[in-house]
Amino acid sequence: MSTTAMPITEIAPQRSWYKRNEIAVTPWLFLAPGVLFFLFYVIFPIFQSFNLSLYRWDGLGEAQFVGLANYQELSTDRAFETSLWNNLKWLILYLLAIPAGLFIALFLNQTVTGIRLYKSLFFFPFVISQIVVGLVFTWFYDPTFGLLNVMLGWVGLGPINVLGDPTLVTYGIIAAGLWPQTAYCMILYLTGLNAVDPEQIEAGRLDGAKGWKMLWYIIIPQLKPATFIAFVVTIIGALRSFDLISIMTNGGPFGSSRVLSFYMFEKALSEYGFRMGYGAAIAVVLFLIMLFFIAYFLWSMFQEERAR
Amino acid sequence: MRSMLKASIAALATTAVMAGAALAGSHGAKLSGDLVIFSDMSNPAPRAVMEGMVERFGEMHPDLNIELTVIDREAYKTQIRNFLSANPPDVANWYAANRMKPYVNAGLFDDISDMWTGKIGEELASTKGAMTIDGKQWGVPYTYYQWGVYYRKDIYDELGLSEPATFDEMKANCQAIIDSGRKCYTLGSRNYWTTGGWFDYLNMRTNGYDFHAALTGGEIPWTDDRVRATFANWRELIDMGAFVDNHQSYSWQESLPFIVNGDAAEILLGNFAVAPLRDGGLDDSKLDFYQFPAINPDVELAEDAPTDTFHIPSGAKNKEAARAFLEFVVSADNQTLINNGSNLGQLPVNANSGVDDDKFLKEGFAMLSSNSPGGVAQFFDRDAPAEMAAVAMEGFQEFMVFPDNLDDILGRLEQARGRIY
Repeated sequence: MSTTAMPITEIAPQRSWYKRNEIAVTPWLFLAPGVLFFLFYVIFPIFQSFNLSLYRWDGLGEAQFVGLANYQELSTDRAFETSLWNNLKWLILYLLAIPAGLFIALFLNQTVTGIRLYKSLFFFPFVISQIVVGLVFTWFYDPTFGLLNVMLGWVGLGPINVLGDPTLVTYGIIAAGLWPQTAYCMILYLTGLNAVDPEQIEAGRLDGAKGWKMLWYIIIPQLKPATFIAFVVTIIGALRSFDLISIMTNGGPFGSSRVLSFYMFEKALSEYGFRMGYGAAIAVVLFLIMLFFIAYFLWSMFQEERAR
Repeated sequence: MRSMLKASIAALATTAVMAGAALAGSHGAKLSGDLVIFSDMSNPAPRAVMEGMVERFGEMHPDLNIELTVIDREAYKTQIRNFLSANPPDVANWYAANRMKPYVNAGLFDDISDMWTGKIGEELASTKGAMTIDGKQWGVPYTYYQWGVYYRKDIYDELGLSEPATFDEMKANCQAIIDSGRKCYTLGSRNYWTTGGWFDYLNMRTNGYDFHAALTGGEIPWTDDRVRATFANWRELIDMGAFVDNHQSYSWQESLPFIVNGDAAEILLGNFAVAPLRDGGLDDSKLDFYQFPAINPDVELAEDAPTDTFHIPSGAKNKEAARAFLEFVVSADNQTLINNGSNLGQLPVNANSGVDDDKFLKEGFAMLSSNSPGGVAQFFDRDAPAEMAAVAMEGFQEFMVFPDNLDDILGRLEQARGRIY
């Protein structure tokens, strides 16, 4: 018995370690570049930010450990409070892009001559750069020659300076942001609508469903994947609402349109910003907010996987 | 391969010898290699000046390969931090006084005090103070300019007004302008610093240069009654409706059409306003200048005159060529040329240079050299530390839109002062 076992043990070491573990190792080899970059450029900086937020550092000289002093200051900083509220406004109001996109998609989901042209016109704002969107809306809102005030004049309303009024300015910028975001959601729903099962609609119709009932009970449930993606991209879009603010108001008037990402930039990296530690503390808060959503997204994706 | 290597070693050796010769002080020494210049002179006129300087310097040193990168002036202010530490050029633009302090403290600018000991030190004596931190000089100036009120002479003539010498006359003029259906002062406070100019002048005229310097230096609380007096004067103008509406929505450039179109009669700005206003069609018969009038007769007049500069980053690779370039920039002839009315249209820093025969330059030069006994300040955001300047100028804008928030604003500034200094 022992003699017959011998050759096997002798042959086995001849196969290399890689050959023996090929199935298990290969996927990791393919993943390695991505994982490494992700670790280096995403995960590592997160911890670096956490660490940096405990220091006072001007970005040039020596960093000085201050413990939680930056967070303490955040809790009394009114500009931070304003930014936090503005972030909340963005998060809530930006979600309007989802129903708006859905209705435009339903409206455009028909076959008439030239529908492709109409679809592309509605999709157009998503194609142009956010910077251009910001500029266009800045001119639209302009208090002296802007189209908005001309239009308000037609119905007898006085001129308003949307971007110069601290109470209106954030809503003005969100409205500008909704324009391309709605187009994005619309495209997602248009593709979703292609996948709606005509037999189910037929069956629903036989059972007497129409109008809102048809939409709510037959169409929308089938659009669930599209809704999920639209929700994810809209939340992410709301949290990175940096370029529009930068181009339209630069955070003004007197800082009333800032959001957390912009405030972080201003404190740490802008012309007068030399407070890397404080900026990092703001970034950490923003990260925690994002983490909440990321956790939710991961959880719901996980649920979906399990349901299958 | 070997011969190439030999050749390059030989070339390097010659460069080293030449470098030695140049260090020995022979003028017109041959410079070679690369000279990398990062510049923020991105507006049309300054850009042409910068390119012209590079071209003329290049002709003097044909072996030198000069690479000029012009970066947008506003973007430059944030990029300088990255490139000074990561990818330093040989020469870089920046600003004098407190504005260069973070970079000096971090050791990113080269100490060039030895350049200032000889002829340059005498010729540039007037700006030496602005270039000095810790008793050393960290760069050279290339231009400075006056601030003041630029006004529409034709509107003044139409209304029978004359240049004001006191704050009361200034307000009376303004009232007449308002009564004629115009605004007195245009302003683009979307650039917060434009409000800094108004604060500088109102405060220097109300409380004097020394008080202003102490305030920007953090020695005086913002809730001080003397600071409130400044804001009270400011408020008089705001309550009159002296400033254009919605100024918080405009950048300084966007505020210029108001004065060009005659909707506003005046603007408080640096001399860099003249070029775009002339481009807008205001010739010297329509545009004129006056010094900001006295408010408190007991304080001496003081002016803002920001100085723009060149520096050698400590990480520069071709410091020899960089020093030669700096010497070239501040030389009397070059100063006369680049600051004349058809180029920068500003004031030369070299005492041996001529001031161009330009109405505004002559007036500004006379004002700064003989009618500014109180002192010369750089500018609010160059005298105060960056962070204080940011918080304060934001507060100034809020004050100009909602004057009633003053107590709240001053409280906030005072809180910031406690933290920053």
